Amino acid sequence: MLGIQIKMVSCHLILITRLPTICVKVGVIVFPGSNCDRDMYHVLRDVFKINTEYFWHEKKLSKNLDAVILPGGFSYGDRLRAGVIAAHSPVISDVKKFASKGIPILGVCNGFQILVESGLLPGVLMKNDSLNFMCEWTNLIVENNKTPFTNKLKLRQKIPIPIANGEGRYYADEKTIKLLKKNNQIVFRYSEIVNGSTFRIAGICNKDGNVVGMMPHPERATEPEINPIDSKPSSLIFESLLNVIGVAH
Amino acid sequence: MSLAKQESAYLEKKIGRKPTSTEFQIVAAEWSEHCSYKSSKKHLKMLPMSGPNVISEKGYDSGVLDVGDGYVVTVHIESHNHPSAVEPFGGAATGVGGVIRDILSTGTRPIAILDGLRFGDIEKDSHARWLFKNAVSGIADYGNCLGIPTIGGEVEFDKCYSDYALVDVAAIGFGKKDRLIKNHANKGDLVVLLGGPTGRDGIGGSQFASDSLESENRSAVQIPDPFIEKLIIEAILEARDEKCINAMKDLGGGGLSCAVSETADSLGIGIELDVNNIHTREFGMRPDEIMISESQERMLIITNNKKLKKLKTICKKFRIQCSVIGTVKADNLMHVKKGSKTLASLPTHLVANAPLLDRPHMVPKYLKQLPLNHPTPKNQNFTNIILKMISSPNIANKNWVYGQYDYEVGIRTVIKPGRNASVLRLDNGKYLAVKIDGNPKQCYIDPRQGAIGCFEEACRNVVCTGATPIGMVDHLQFGNPEDHEIFWTFLESLKGITDFAKDFAIPCVGGKVSFYNETPKGPIKPTPLIGVLGIIEKQPLRPALINSGDFLVIIGETKNEMGGSEYLEYIHGFIGGNCPKVDFKKSKKNMNIVLEIIKKNLAKSVHDCSKGGLAIAISELCMNNRIGCKISLDKVPSKKLKNDELLFSESHSRYLIVVERKNLNKIKKLLSEKNLDHDIIGNFGGTKILFEKNLVNIANLNVEKLRLNWMNSLEEIVVHG
Repeated sequence: MLGIQIKMVSCHLILITRLPTICVKVGVIVFPGSNCDRDMYHVLRDVFKINTEYFWHEKKLSKNLDAVILPGGFSYGDRLRAGVIAAHSPVISDVKKFASKGIPILGVCNGFQILVESGLLPGVLMKNDSLNFMCEWTNLIVENNKTPFTNKLKLRQKIPIPIANGEGRYYADEKTIKLLKKNNQIVFRYSEIVNGSTFRIAGICNKDGNVVGMMPHPERATEPEINPIDSKPSSLIFESLLNVIGVAH
Repeated sequence: MSLAKQESAYLEKKIGRKPTSTEFQIVAAEWSEHCSYKSSKKHLKMLPMSGPNVISEKGYDSGVLDVGDGYVVTVHIESHNHPSAVEPFGGAATGVGGVIRDILSTGTRPIAILDGLRFGDIEKDSHARWLFKNAVSGIADYGNCLGIPTIGGEVEFDKCYSDYALVDVAAIGFGKKDRLIKNHANKGDLVVLLGGPTGRDGIGGSQFASDSLESENRSAVQIPDPFIEKLIIEAILEARDEKCINAMKDLGGGGLSCAVSETADSLGIGIELDVNNIHTREFGMRPDEIMISESQERMLIITNNKKLKKLKTICKKFRIQCSVIGTVKADNLMHVKKGSKTLASLPTHLVANAPLLDRPHMVPKYLKQLPLNHPTPKNQNFTNIILKMISSPNIANKNWVYGQYDYEVGIRTVIKPGRNASVLRLDNGKYLAVKIDGNPKQCYIDPRQGAIGCFEEACRNVVCTGATPIGMVDHLQFGNPEDHEIFWTFLESLKGITDFAKDFAIPCVGGKVSFYNETPKGPIKPTPLIGVLGIIEKQPLRPALINSGDFLVIIGETKNEMGGSEYLEYIHGFIGGNCPKVDFKKSKKNMNIVLEIIKKNLAKSVHDCSKGGLAIAISELCMNNRIGCKISLDKVPSKKLKNDELLFSESHSRYLIVVERKNLNKIKKLLSEKNLDHDIIGNFGGTKILFEKNLVNIANLNVEKLRLNWMNSLEEIVVHG
C-alpha cells in the first residue's frame, strides 16, 4: 500500500538476508510542481521492490544510479509552456550526461515534455485538439520493444493505460517523423485518435533507445486495484527496466 | 464595507471609544455574515458534532475522523459562489484553493476534491453556459496542477441560478494521527505569514459575499496561483515533519483580520503584528487593505525562534516567501502596528465573535400556493420521454466535466467518478467512499424533507459501494437571511439534517453556511448540500459487468412522491406535488441489508435510485453495461401507482441490485426474512430496455441509441450551444 515504510537496507544486507528490495538504484527527479513523483516512487519501491531515491532538481544525481525517471506533474505550473522552465533546471545537465552514457531514462507526461524541451527527444507537445485537459483510459500499441522500458512487451501489444494532460498532442514536422520511423524511435502509438497527436504518437525514444518519453501514466496502471482493465501490460514496462538493469523480478 | 448601526454602537461600547479606520475595516470583515456566521451560529449548535471517531482540536478548520491504525481522514466543504458568478474561472479555482488549505492547516495531505456545481438553464441561457464552462476549467486548472484528484461531485442546472453560480468544493485529507498539528502558542512565539504576496485582489471579498449579487465587483475576486499553492503544500508538510509548526491557519475570507483574530481567540493569546513586515505584491498598499486583502495561497503559522531557522530553510528550498510579521503576547489583544504607530488594538474575543443575531422566521407564502396534484396527461409516449430525459443536462452523463479533471493522480482512486460514490484506498488497507448530494427542486417544495433526502441520497450512494457512513459535512446555501421566509427555509433544512444525523448517528464534522445567494432576479432555491464519508473495512463492491441472464432486484417502496422530480419539472414544467419523504426506520433497514448483501458477496453491482426515478436508474445500469433489460413494473413494490409514477417517482431508500442466477435464492431468502419491500423486477439481456406492465409494453428503448445520447448530449450543449 501507499506510504508503507520499507526499512532502508544496504545492498550488502540484502544479499545476506534475501530481503525483497533489489540492489539497483533508480532516481526519481522532483521539480517544483511535480505531482506524480510520489506515485512513481510508490510503484518502483513498493510494487517492484526497487531501491528508489528522490532527487530535488537542484541536487546532483548520484553517480551510481541505474536509471532515472522524470515523473509527471506541472513543473513550474506549466508556465510559458509545459516543461520548458524545468528543462533549464540544474539537474538536467546531469540527466544529459546520463543519457549520453546510455543509462535508461524515462519521462512520463510532464517528464516527457521536459525531455522534449531539453532537446533530449525530438518534437514538441502541444495543446490537445479538444483544447481541454483530458483524463481518460486509452490503449497504447507497442511499436518498439527494444528499449529498456519495453523489452518484455510484445510488438503490437495493447496496453490499457490512463492519460491525464492538457498539452499531450505530440507534433513533429514530416522530416522528423520520417526519421523517427526510420530509426525505430516511435515506441508507443494510441490505438485510436485521442488528442490529435501526429501519427497517433504517444511515446518516443532517442536514437540510442535509452531515453524514452511517453504521455500516458504507467505508474497509474500497474496495480490491479486501481486498473479496472488489465494491469499486466503496464507492469511489463517496469519489469523491462528491471530486466535491463540487471535483476529479474 | 460596513457595519450595521447597532454593530457599530456595540463595538464602540465594548472598546469605550471610536474605532480607528483600520479597526473598523478589521471588524467589518470579520463580522460579515461570511466570516462570523452571525445569523446561523445559534442554530448550528443543534447538529450532532461528536462521535467515537471524531477528533476535535482547538482552531481546526476541517473535520477530523479517526479511521484506525493511527490514521485520520480530514474533510471540509466550502463554496465560492459570488466570485464564480462574476469571474467563473478564477472564482472556482480559488474555491478549490481555499478548501485545500483548510485541509492542510490540520497537518494532513489533501488527497481528493469533490465539487458540486449549479448554474442556470444551459439549454436556453448562453451566459449560464459560459459560467459553467469556465468554472469547470477553473477547477480543472487548479486541482490538476496541485496533483489532487477531483474524484466526484454533481452538476445541476435550474432556472433559479440564472446569472449566478453555486460552486461548492469539498476536500479530503489523509495523514497520520500523531502528525496532526496540535494548535498551541506560548508568549514570545513568532507569527509567520507564508506563501504568496499580499495584493489588492479580493479586498472586501467576504463582505461582497455577504450581500446579494448586484454588481460585478471584480476587485473582490481573488486571483488563483495553483503553482504557489502546490509549493506551499509540500513546504508545510515538510515543516510539519520537521516539527516547525506550533499552530497554523489558512488565510481565506477576511484575510489576515480573520486569521489573526480567530487564531488568537481560539488559543487564548494576543498577537502583535507590524504591517511593514508583510510581503506585498504591490507598492503603496494601505494598512487597511493589507489587513483585509483576500489574496490567495497564504498561511499563518505560529512557530518559535528555535524552529524558525528550519522553517526558513524549507521555504527557501521551495522558493516561497515567509515573513515574520509579529509575536505572540499574553494580553488577548490583536495589536496592529505600522512601525511604531499603533493602527488597531482590539480584544481578539471581540473581533472573533460578532454579536449573534436571532433572525425572525415565518413559513413562506409560496409553499401554500404550490399545487399538490400533478398533471397526468393520457397516452404519453414514455419511450420518447425517457429518451428526452436521458439527454437533458441534469441527467446526461457528466463525462465532459470529470474528463477534464485528473481523477487518477495520487493512485488511490479505486472507484472512479461517474458511478455512485467514488472510492479511495487508504494506507491502512481500508477504503474511503465519498459522495456529495443536493436537491434544490425537492428542497424548494419542502425544505425539511428535501434536505433529509439529500442526506439519505448521499448515504445511499456511499452504501452502494459497501461503505458504512461515518461522518458528514453540510453546506447550507440560501438567499438573504434577513428575509423571514428564507430564514424559515434555512431552519427547516437544518432541522431535517439534524434529525437524520442524530437518528443515524452520523456526526457532522464540518460545514459552511452561505447566505445572500441571490441576484436582482431573486433568491436561489434552498440548496443544502450534504457530503457523506463512509469506510469500507475490507473490499469495496467493484461493479462487475452485467451479463445476459442476470436479474434485477429492487429494494424499497416506490410511492406517489413526484414533487420536485425531474420528470414533472423537465417534461411538464410543473413545480409542486408531494416531496419524497424518508422513513427513517425503513431507510436504516434497507441500508443495513444492502451492506449485508455486499458483504456476503451476493450482488454484482448495486445502484442507487434517485434523480429521474426508476426509469433513469435502470437505464443507467443498462447503458453502463451496454446490455438490455426487461422490466415488469407490476412487480415494483408500490400501492396503486400510475405508470408515470412508477417510472419517475423519486422516492428514497430504493436500491437496484444486480444478481447472478446462482445467488438469487439467497438474496430472496435474506430479504423475505427481514420483511423488506423488494422484488425481482427485471431480467438482463438483449439490446433493448423494455418496460412492461401486465404484459403490455410501456416503453421500448434501444440501449446503444440511448447511450449515445446520454454520453454526448452535455458536450453537445456546452460546445455547440
